[in-house]
Amino acid sequence: MKQLLSVILLGFSSLVFSGLVMASGGAHLDHAPGDLTDTESLKRGAQAFADNCLSCHSADYMRYNRIGRDLGWTDIEVSDKLINTRGADGEKTKVGELMKVAMNNDYASVAFGTKIPGLTVIARAKGGDWLYTYLRTFYLDDSRPMGMNNLAFPDVGMPHVLWEKQGLQKAVFKTEAGTDGNEHHVFEKMEIVQAGTMSVEEYDAYVGDLVNFMVYMGEPMQLERRSLGIKVLIFLFIFAIVAYMLKKEYWKDVH
Amino acid sequence: MFKSLMTWVDDRFPATKMWNEHLAEYYAPKNFNFWYFFGSLALLVLVIQIVSGIFLTMHYKPDGAIAFASVEYIMRDVPYGWLIRYIHSTGATAFFVVVYLHMFRGLMYGSFKKPRELVWLFGMFIYLALMAEAFMGYLLPWGQMSFWGAQVIISLFGALPIIGEPLTLWIRGDFVISDATLNRFFALHVIALPIVLLGLVVAHIIALHEVGSNNPEGIEIKKNKDENGIPLDGIPFHPYYSVKDIVGVIVFLMFFSLVLFFAPEGGGYLLEHANFIPSDPLKTPEHIAPVWYFTPFYAILRAVPDKLMGVIAMGASIVVLFLLPWIDQCKVKSIRYRGVSFKILLVLFVISFVALGRLGMLPATPFLTMLAQIFSVMYFGFFIALYFTSKNEKTKPVPERITK
Repeated sequence: MKQLLSVILLGFSSLVFSGLVMASGGAHLDHAPGDLTDTESLKRGAQAFADNCLSCHSADYMRYNRIGRDLGWTDIEVSDKLINTRGADGEKTKVGELMKVAMNNDYASVAFGTKIPGLTVIARAKGGDWLYTYLRTFYLDDSRPMGMNNLAFPDVGMPHVLWEKQGLQKAVFKTEAGTDGNEHHVFEKMEIVQAGTMSVEEYDAYVGDLVNFMVYMGEPMQLERRSLGIKVLIFLFIFAIVAYMLKKEYWKDVH
Repeated sequence: MFKSLMTWVDDRFPATKMWNEHLAEYYAPKNFNFWYFFGSLALLVLVIQIVSGIFLTMHYKPDGAIAFASVEYIMRDVPYGWLIRYIHSTGATAFFVVVYLHMFRGLMYGSFKKPRELVWLFGMFIYLALMAEAFMGYLLPWGQMSFWGAQVIISLFGALPIIGEPLTLWIRGDFVISDATLNRFFALHVIALPIVLLGLVVAHIIALHEVGSNNPEGIEIKKNKDENGIPLDGIPFHPYYSVKDIVGVIVFLMFFSLVLFFAPEGGGYLLEHANFIPSDPLKTPEHIAPVWYFTPFYAILRAVPDKLMGVIAMGASIVVLFLLPWIDQCKVKSIRYRGVSFKILLVLFVISFVALGRLGMLPATPFLTMLAQIFSVMYFGFFIALYFTSKNEKTKPVPERITK
């Protein structure tokens, strides 16, 4: 009986384990070097986001001045650095407004063949590592309408907006026999075809800041959340001691 | 002053009488252990969900065009809105955790047995209402998983012969999940089901207090009373168990806070990653899975190749729980005095339930489907084997009095 039980438990634990392995499967992702306490990195990321992403993508659950308050910019600085749009009345967008996009989404659907996703919470949907990999693995591919493809997001509709900074690269694939006996194209490395204005390290750092900002924007209160959590736990811990002593006092006469 | 006020009230409303019947003079066995915290904790979580839900309702917009944005508005622009939202989302999981442990306690100590069959039945109806409540609540954030999860589950009703398709149409109010569905789910989630839940909880507690609590020994304390009619092995719920349950509440809140403040997404199992993408009827997510508390039943559904039979099997897996007081015919209540066969069966049942829960989260590959079939057989096998073995189980003698 014990033997049977241990066999069951073994099969059971391997099942749980295999599930975990599968959950983390998929394409290989590079680790994003994010640090939410690094305000300077977040500021650089916010600038990169406003300069490159906001012209096509919205981030319209987020307000400009929230970024200013969280990262330490005044309203005037936020307006100067991040806001490039005007309202229908021709006035410059106010800092208290949501980060909407200038481009008409109907036009975008025709131009790129898909709706352009909002980016406010994209880091929570895709994860920072995915974004970091995605923004660094565009490669030349003549078979695609924009001439570019992507390792993390095959057949993506978005053009490589940062190509002037990164340069153009080509992906080298090798052929490998897979475990199922079939041959697979496996990505080996990237080769720079045309250098960009940044070195590889500079570009990685640039994207790292950008992704760091996007992770922050996905859940801007996450640092506050943790610090409040520590206070709550300390309170509960003290309360637990008092409650336990009270219980002991009352229960002295039972038995 | 207070005394005369209470006399005034008591002449008009049985306040003191109710206080005594349900708290100060409700005699509970003195030997409750760890497992007996989860009843009061379930009540606590119900209150947490209702209160946090009221505040969410003040800011949430049940409108297909802006529902998703209104949740992010709560997360960003409402002061401490993020806290209230995470309390509510973590509370949903906490509710099922404490309810599953509460039900397991009932299984272990035979708390569903005579004379507590109705306590168990009311409890099962609470569980059913809770599942409906959670399912409808999950649509409200209006993300991809909200949308497609609801789409998959509602389409199950379409497998029923003749009435199937009209029924799905009637539930959704449209040919697909839409604004109409969102609105009615909101109404049911915030008004109809909470009322049903509260009513059932009252019935559950009244039935319990009528027959008295079971305990880890499975001894009926009402069989041994003193000259005043007070059970010898009983102690008043208040203050003994009220002060004890406060300790349980705080320890529970510590675990609750660990998830709430440090891992509100629960690694994508509590708030699924795909649910941070607004619902899109044209894009099906790669992998659709219900939230963890539904996955055991979802795994049973998928284990059966035929859709209608799968739906029936899934329904049966819940219905069979209702019948437990009549399936288990052993006179001895507590696992402490029951035979080896029951202990083995219970272990296998727990293994099958957890394994099915895990399998329900994973994509259905042929190998995993086979495993799900094995564990589904194990799940139902528990009830069948229990029915045949429980009558002639080799039990140990149950003591007259509670001594440990």
